[in-house]
Amino acid sequence: MSIKLEEICYVYSPGTAYEQHALKNVNLEIPNGQFAGIIGHTGSGKSTLIQHLNGLVKATSGRLYYEGKNIYEEGYDLKKLRSQVGLVFQYPEHQLFEVDVLSDVCFGPKNQGLSPEECKKKAVEALHLVGLSEECYGQSPFELSGGQKRRVAIAGVLAMHPKVLVLDEPTAGLDPKGRDEILDQIESLHKKTGMTVILVSHSMEDIAKYVERIIVMNQGEKMLDGSPKEVFSHYQELEQVGLCAPQVTYIMHDLKKRGFQVSTDVTTVEEAAEEIINSLKRERQ
Amino acid sequence: MIRDITIGQYYPAKSVIHRLDPRAKIVCTLLFLVSLFVQNSLLGYVIATAFLGTVIHLSKVPLKFIVKGLKPILILLLFTVVMNLFLNKGGETLVSFWIFQITENGLRVSVFMAIRLMYLVAGSSIMTFTTTPNALTDGIEKLLYPLNKIKVPVHEVAMMMSIALRFIPILLEETDKIMKAQIARGADLESGNILQRAKAMVPILVPLFVSAFRRANDLAMAMEARCYRGGEGRTKMKPLVYHGRDRVAYVIVLVYLAAVFCVGRFVPFSIWIF
Amino acid sequence: MEMIEAKKLVYEYEKRDEDGNVTGLNRAVDGIDLRISEGSFVAILGHNGSGKSTLAKHLNAILVPTGGTVWVDGKDTKDPKELWNVRQSAGMVFQNPDNQIIGTVVEEDVGFGPENLGVPSEEIWQRVEDSLKAVGMIKYRSHSPNKLSGGQKQRVAIAGVIAMEPKCIVLDEPTAMLDPNGRKEVIRTVERLRKEKNVTVILITHYMEEVIDADEVFVMDGGHIVMHGTPREVFSQVDRLKEIRMDVPQVTMLAEMLRKRGIALPKGILRKEELVEALCRLN
Repeated sequence: MSIKLEEICYVYSPGTAYEQHALKNVNLEIPNGQFAGIIGHTGSGKSTLIQHLNGLVKATSGRLYYEGKNIYEEGYDLKKLRSQVGLVFQYPEHQLFEVDVLSDVCFGPKNQGLSPEECKKKAVEALHLVGLSEECYGQSPFELSGGQKRRVAIAGVLAMHPKVLVLDEPTAGLDPKGRDEILDQIESLHKKTGMTVILVSHSMEDIAKYVERIIVMNQGEKMLDGSPKEVFSHYQELEQVGLCAPQVTYIMHDLKKRGFQVSTDVTTVEEAAEEIINSLKRERQ
Repeated sequence: MIRDITIGQYYPAKSVIHRLDPRAKIVCTLLFLVSLFVQNSLLGYVIATAFLGTVIHLSKVPLKFIVKGLKPILILLLFTVVMNLFLNKGGETLVSFWIFQITENGLRVSVFMAIRLMYLVAGSSIMTFTTTPNALTDGIEKLLYPLNKIKVPVHEVAMMMSIALRFIPILLEETDKIMKAQIARGADLESGNILQRAKAMVPILVPLFVSAFRRANDLAMAMEARCYRGGEGRTKMKPLVYHGRDRVAYVIVLVYLAAVFCVGRFVPFSIWIF
Repeated sequence: MEMIEAKKLVYEYEKRDEDGNVTGLNRAVDGIDLRISEGSFVAILGHNGSGKSTLAKHLNAILVPTGGTVWVDGKDTKDPKELWNVRQSAGMVFQNPDNQIIGTVVEEDVGFGPENLGVPSEEIWQRVEDSLKAVGMIKYRSHSPNKLSGGQKQRVAIAGVIAMEPKCIVLDEPTAMLDPNGRKEVIRTVERLRKEKNVTVILITHYMEEVIDADEVFVMDGGHIVMHGTPREVFSQVDRLKEIRMDVPQVTMLAEMLRKRGIALPKGILRKEELVEALCRLN
């Protein structure tokens, strides 16, 4: 019961001048119920990777198992896979098209072949989950604010009742307020429904705060994989590939160098404050 | 598939063809296209091939780029070849089965037609590969400038063309993205009858139009912010000036055209002449 | 000398229902007074919908005030005779890197502004070259903008503005759509320009890390300026910023948390070095 990638390779336009290895031999298993983060800079292959998870992009070689079944096998129902692994693209609000919010969210369930009443029920549920108030349901999605539009788009995927939710940079272009709201919503969603959530981001600070596991992609390869603390302890390697650890990690390293008795595997502001206070107390005693 | 379209794309390189004035390139390309239709002889095609080959070589555009540009016309090409192959009668019958006959004449015409079509596309793609879209529109603007006198908004049309060229790749990419996103929401774009398929395009076309309008709005604002106020009082970073090489190019193309024309008409050369 | 001055600036637009009837007025900007002196680096902060972008569009006469006045380099933006002078004085860089590049080749795009100003051809070439060098994009002069990264596209857009030789550059959320590397690229470019070309820079953003080097910071909320001061002054009011749903850099947040727990740190710490030094002094 998980998503498992074995030796996944993906090559763009093979055999031409533009040939490009977007993914190289990626092995990865994401167990059910995990809140995982994928980081990597633009062009690291992270977006290509997640498009494999619901079969939108087919690997040039390798195997991908969803709940134990190889999705590349003849006769595998990709449409069903896509309703189980929900994929929210970057700037998902650009895909809204219906006359009102509710109908737009109904699009997914409708494609699953559900009756209009069921579609509506699922859409309302999904809109509740993303915290959109009811007076918006009848409005045109194009009249909403940026953050609201994005919620509608996420609800559009949630309404299909996926078991896995993959989000590609769900906070891109939002202000701090919108960013926190969306991420908090995703976190509470994960807690409430227990679904697997895979969050793609390039903000280390965001990732560190929410996920239990980080997968670092670089030039199409999986570079690091572990808990935030493990991954950020490799902050020097991260820097070499144009990434960085959260600012507090650096502060702790600097403090340690200056003789403070602090642990350096700190990834959030709250942890850092705790560490520093404890260290100061110890000094004074 | 969307990524495969190469027509209208610029291939940056430093070659004598790249440096030619766009007006010269446009006119010469038109003359080359004319040359393909004023003759129909083997020798004529040999000359055309030599000419096109030399130009491609001089342009430093890799041949496979040009071959790739032929892909979109493949179906048209096959259709033309097949039609000509079976419908042209005359000459010796080479193959015959059921009601179909392939004659010598049919074979010849279909081969020539195929070559014509391919050269037509190759010739024009050499122009677009070696000319930036901006230079191209500048060239068209200048060539059509006399039409301004009869109130044709030449500058505006040229500006629209160049903006369209800039945004075509962006919108193609966007289409790709929207399609993927809707497929991820379970949209079925491939099955059903024509009506169902047309209906299935709505979730793609609406966001695409919305996006195009948003971009147009942004772009208009950005252009105004950079003091764009129509063609009047504007100078050109790259004003079009004919150089020696452009005159040489005109002369060469005219000589080539004359040669092809004469060969096609007057040289009694084996059975291949019509 | 004031580069920009706004007095009681108000911008209202009509809300319309589906049939196009006016149902009310929305005030995006509500009575703003503002002075920005020549050569300074000023940041305007605020969340989406706070009115900061509406304000920015007034500085280049894309919008004109419905109440009050804006002067750019001494010119009233409402005066139609001065329109093009205002736009030449205050160049503008927008959020979406794709939607502001007009040319299909980098250098032709940079030349677009000077062409519109009627600059002679030889001078355009000179300006294009200088501007592309100033943003570090000269290597890409004959590239297609479509092949560039977001950060590079924004640098091209900045070069396009510099080529018009403005006295002031207004950047309206230039980094909102970029990844962290692209953001750094753009901010570094802006800093370099400020030092080398001595232009006035007005940066509109919601990323706090980008404004710690600013001379002055204005924070907007609900169409008003709610905070104003040096970055240190503004960032020392963490609670106030949180109230209007703004963020502070992690280090500032950490220092504030420690202060609240009774550790004697100065207010408004902006850089990690400052915090480390301050903590070392405590020991």
